[in-house]
Amino acid sequence: MSKYHVNEKGYYGQFGGAYIPEMLHPNVEELRINYLKIINTEAFKRDFDHLLKTYVGRPTPLYFASRLSEKYATKIYLKREDLCHTGAHKVNNTIGQILLAKRLGKSKIIAETGAGQHGVATATVCALMGMECIVYMGEIDMARQKPNVERMKILGAQVIPATSGSKTLKDATNEAMRHWINNPNDTHYIIGSVVGPHPYPDMVARFQSVISAEMQNQLQEVEGRNTPDHVIACVGGGSNAAGAFYHFLNDEEVNLIAAEAAGKGLNSGKSAATTSLGKTGVLHGSKTILMQTEDGQVVEPYSISAGLDYPGIGPIHAHLFDAGRAEFYSITDEEAMTAGVELSKMEGIIPAIESAHALAVFGNRRFEKDEIVVVNLSGRGDKDLETYIKWGKY
Amino acid sequence: MGKVLIMNRIDQVFRNNRDILNVYFTAGFPDLDDTVRIAKSLESAGADMLEIGMPFSDPVADGPTIQESSQKALENGMTIQKLFDQLRDLRKEVSIPVLLMGYVNPVIQYGIENFCEKCAEVGIDGIIIPDLPMSEYLENYSSVFQANGIHNIFLISPNTSVERIREIDEKSGGFIYVVSSSSITGAKQGVQDGQVEYYKRIQSMQLTTPRLIGFGISDKETFKNACSYANGAIIGSAFIRQLKEDASDSGIKSFVRNIKSKSP
Ligand SMILES: Cc1ncc(COP(=O)(O)O)c(C=O)c1O
Repeated sequence: MSKYHVNEKGYYGQFGGAYIPEMLHPNVEELRINYLKIINTEAFKRDFDHLLKTYVGRPTPLYFASRLSEKYATKIYLKREDLCHTGAHKVNNTIGQILLAKRLGKSKIIAETGAGQHGVATATVCALMGMECIVYMGEIDMARQKPNVERMKILGAQVIPATSGSKTLKDATNEAMRHWINNPNDTHYIIGSVVGPHPYPDMVARFQSVISAEMQNQLQEVEGRNTPDHVIACVGGGSNAAGAFYHFLNDEEVNLIAAEAAGKGLNSGKSAATTSLGKTGVLHGSKTILMQTEDGQVVEPYSISAGLDYPGIGPIHAHLFDAGRAEFYSITDEEAMTAGVELSKMEGIIPAIESAHALAVFGNRRFEKDEIVVVNLSGRGDKDLETYIKWGKY
Repeated sequence: MGKVLIMNRIDQVFRNNRDILNVYFTAGFPDLDDTVRIAKSLESAGADMLEIGMPFSDPVADGPTIQESSQKALENGMTIQKLFDQLRDLRKEVSIPVLLMGYVNPVIQYGIENFCEKCAEVGIDGIIIPDLPMSEYLENYSSVFQANGIHNIFLISPNTSVERIREIDEKSGGFIYVVSSSSITGAKQGVQDGQVEYYKRIQSMQLTTPRLIGFGISDKETFKNACSYANGAIIGSAFIRQLKEDASDSGIKSFVRNIKSKSP
């Protein structure tokens, strides 16, 4: 049994589990009993791989960033998830989950979204499969991510504002869970990251694990070895990181590096650096590390990047942190924006601001000249143009 | 530890009463210091049991009414520690069973042993934590609950399997919380299609634990309907709406009397 994968009780070390109201138990139990059976069938794998190839555009390239490598005196490869259909890795998961939902006989899909990337990826696969789609999005996020709201609507989804609590991602997630409680029979909830009750974190990690599986093949081809020395990924909930780490979890020779959003700084009161600021708690169905008050009320996080603006992290990452298996860096808005502009100028790639947090690790840590460092470039910056423009320093 | 073994008040009520009215309200709502006053007022109006909600920032099983009262209570400065401070003299004022209801995270932060000991100290009889699953409770919590003489109340819903209901019945103390439909709190009004069938199905299982029906019980009609298939019912959102409108003792009294009155 692996130390870093989920155990038979749904835990990663002391983190994970399924802390859900009884009303959700039958749904989550149905998923738990069936998910491995279904996704391990040949027919499922065939459908999943086929769509990833012909619809998402996989495999995504592993690109050697020569100018960036020269600047930081190491060998930097970018795993180009930004080239996925819809502009980010999120679609790997939504393709997997919608195929699963169909096989479970569900006819309706719900999802939560923060920046709108997961909402768009969900609306996209619902259009593809002709399924009804409802996306919950915090009222405040709807205002600041207007283009993605319209994209979802064009794709045929209904976008419902979450008006409770702080009106952002965590509240959208609450609303989606409430909707699922109210509609347990015909609806599947497509969670957008490696969060939520077991089996979601493991299921989403498996769908995203295609990222590290491809890295292995691609590194073998160009470097003659199938492992890097370091893998760097940003962590909001942690799905792109889980996918990029997945096949290297048990190979302790591979150093795993997670970049969290420090927002305006760890001590500013405006941050989303969960492992630095949080402690063990329960939110959205799993025990994990959570930003909260002394009294256990969940604290509203802040990051310039809406995709990292979440008060928890997936239980797998809480465990990797706790066990010392991964290095965690907290990256400020300033560092991320600077790294995003740098990649644009030096490699001709405008990254999503989430992904720019991963790139900013180069300003925080030295790598050896002959080390192979793979950065998971989780998404493209199109959705963030307005933020780049407001930032202005380019 | 010098604990006196007396019968839990919840068990006493089920032994002696039928058509039990259990009323939920959020601690620290509408005003921070209302908690004990409302409890006293409910008892004198004729409520048989009380459920005091511990507010949480992210109450996923609750509808808009209880979300709002929770948020207001948090803004008022409610915390678990404050609640225990308020309840210090509870048992000088209130004699009916009192349960605490809330989400697991604040309880974990308070410390589960601390929490149960405090409950026993102030005279709490039972705890309802909707997002604490049965398996987790049995493995890590039940011994502490039992050591302090506190019942953990489990929920069942229309989709809960027969085997699981049997298991819950076996592991339950106090009562089983029968959620009236697949819904969050306060969602629906009136008696819904299929509900009576579900109540009858549960009734015919002849469970050993008493049952209270809750969620969507809002008035005399839904209360009476629930009472004909269970030992009583729980009113939450409707009472919170009453508190929003009129939280005075006389307002509370007429709300309870209206529900409990024998006339049609
Ligand atoms: C491009 C991109 N990267 C990363 C994330 C963060 O999610 P996760 O940590 O689950 O990969 C998001 C979320 O919206 C995103 O859009």
